[in-house]
Amino acid sequence: MARIFAYIVHKGGVVDDSAFELAAAARKIDPAASPTAILTGWGADLDAACSALRTSYAEVWKIANEGLVYPNAELIRKVLVKVLPSDSIVLVAHEHFGIDLAPGLSIKLNSAFVSDVLDIAGVEGTGLKVVRQEFGGQVSAHVRCDISSGAVITVRPGAFKPQDGAPLSGAVIDKSAEVGSLTAGRRYLETIVAEAGDVDITKHNILVSIGRGIQEKENVAIAQELADALGAAVSCSRPVVDAKWMEKSRQVGSSGKTVKPKLYLACGISGAFQHLAGIKGSPFLIAINKNPKAPIFQVADVGIVDDLLEFLPELTAKVHEMRTVAAK
Amino acid sequence: MEILVCVRRVPDTSENEIELNAAGDDIERDDLVYSINEPDNYAVEEALQIVTRVGGNVTVATVGGEDDEQILRREMAMGANHGVLITDEAFGGSDGKGIATILKAYVQKGSYDLILTGVQAEDGGAQVGGMLAALLDYPLASLVNSIEVLDGKKLKISREIEGGNKEISEIDLPCVLSIQTGINEPRYVGMKGIRQVASIPIPTFGVSNLGLDPSAVGDAAAKVKRVDYFIPALGKGAEILHGSREENIDKVLELVAAKGGLK
Repeated sequence: MARIFAYIVHKGGVVDDSAFELAAAARKIDPAASPTAILTGWGADLDAACSALRTSYAEVWKIANEGLVYPNAELIRKVLVKVLPSDSIVLVAHEHFGIDLAPGLSIKLNSAFVSDVLDIAGVEGTGLKVVRQEFGGQVSAHVRCDISSGAVITVRPGAFKPQDGAPLSGAVIDKSAEVGSLTAGRRYLETIVAEAGDVDITKHNILVSIGRGIQEKENVAIAQELADALGAAVSCSRPVVDAKWMEKSRQVGSSGKTVKPKLYLACGISGAFQHLAGIKGSPFLIAINKNPKAPIFQVADVGIVDDLLEFLPELTAKVHEMRTVAAK
Repeated sequence: MEILVCVRRVPDTSENEIELNAAGDDIERDDLVYSINEPDNYAVEEALQIVTRVGGNVTVATVGGEDDEQILRREMAMGANHGVLITDEAFGGSDGKGIATILKAYVQKGSYDLILTGVQAEDGGAQVGGMLAALLDYPLASLVNSIEVLDGKKLKISREIEGGNKEISEIDLPCVLSIQTGINEPRYVGMKGIRQVASIPIPTFGVSNLGLDPSAVGDAAAKVKRVDYFIPALGKGAEILHGSREENIDKVLELVAAKGGLK
């Protein structure tokens, strides 16, 4: 079995949660693996991140260079191509950096590439069988990947549970001397932090969250009326923002806000993992969707198969009716 | 600026419930509604807007079969100057690298300053743009959500990163950008527009006129192959309410109250 590496994303001296998930994925590919973490960066932040991984990886490769302070995928690809042994299996988290890095890395390593892997189904000879999702999670697929000349695999964040096994005592090995020239056709300028928006959906205990099923901008009012009646806020999934029906600041998901409500009403939301990744703290999740096969029903506590454009106004009317009765 | 946009025709998941076929080796495709992959449509719109600002031409290309001409014409009706169908029996069963290899051969036939793809297809791996860039040794940016042309040699672009933040970079031309949804508002295409481009010939390219080695593409070259589709064994899943709408509303309100709402 080829040697397994995990490229680790870190920031401010803290490694991303995916670091421990990649270690778990490596052991699922090969229970006997001694996976190696690779970190690039500079200074005390890099040292702190490397130290944090010594108990989870058999080795930690540190690549320090002032030119790698900000993670530029093109530069890091060049570095990885230099340091990685041929036929390596390389794991990377499937998030914005991994999406930037991994496909091109597989070309330069001349190895197989498979993205957004949720599970490892087994190894048969030179074939690694993995599980992916397609069509927004409506179906899963087994994919066979020929790893005879190595593989680059991006792993879905949250899909592998970090293991509790006996802690390792991996040595930090400094590979900085192997970095060659660092020039790239793309140069980082700055990061623009998202605007706060008029309503802070991260501060609400109840969210009425709408997806593509709301169908048109005018219908957002239907959700707003219910939210007003419940003392809740309206949040949304990505398609609603893409269509410019709500502000980006209302979007729940990996490219939007992370929310921790007590109650989450998912209305016309299919339940793509990028959306679910933004819902933390295990709220009680009620899903309303016309499509009985929508993946949201796999994760919801209670599901209703109905047309939200009819269901929500009736629900709102009933809330008003209850309040009127209670006031009497 | 000469812009190539690589597009794909995919089953439209907003129009379809995806189900397995009887053999379990594919999805049931008989009654599927197909459309252009959504991020690809944003990419075409972005290309059209760039050309409006700085001049140039937009070419849309797809690797596929005859049926895929339909989306090329749709994008031509939006305003793309040319459509190109890259098709050959030898391309069947290509993995991501195979498709990127085919596109590389096409790119090298022309002279493009900028190549756009959608960030990901419904049944894809967010991979072809990044692979194509690496094969061409062009710089890449993925998840792009704004483009500003600085001069004939570089762009200022924004990438969508975590929490809705934006990563701003400068990138040299020629380059490959994978476009995220929401970057613009794609224009509407009516039947009339599609009729107007119905008779424009769409050139086709295959193994021979791309100068491709057939063994580098298609099923035989693919290191990555889908074995089967399946519906995963669910966790406990939601408790589906089967009552009348009125009963379901009462139940929801009961649950909302129990969770501390409706105070």
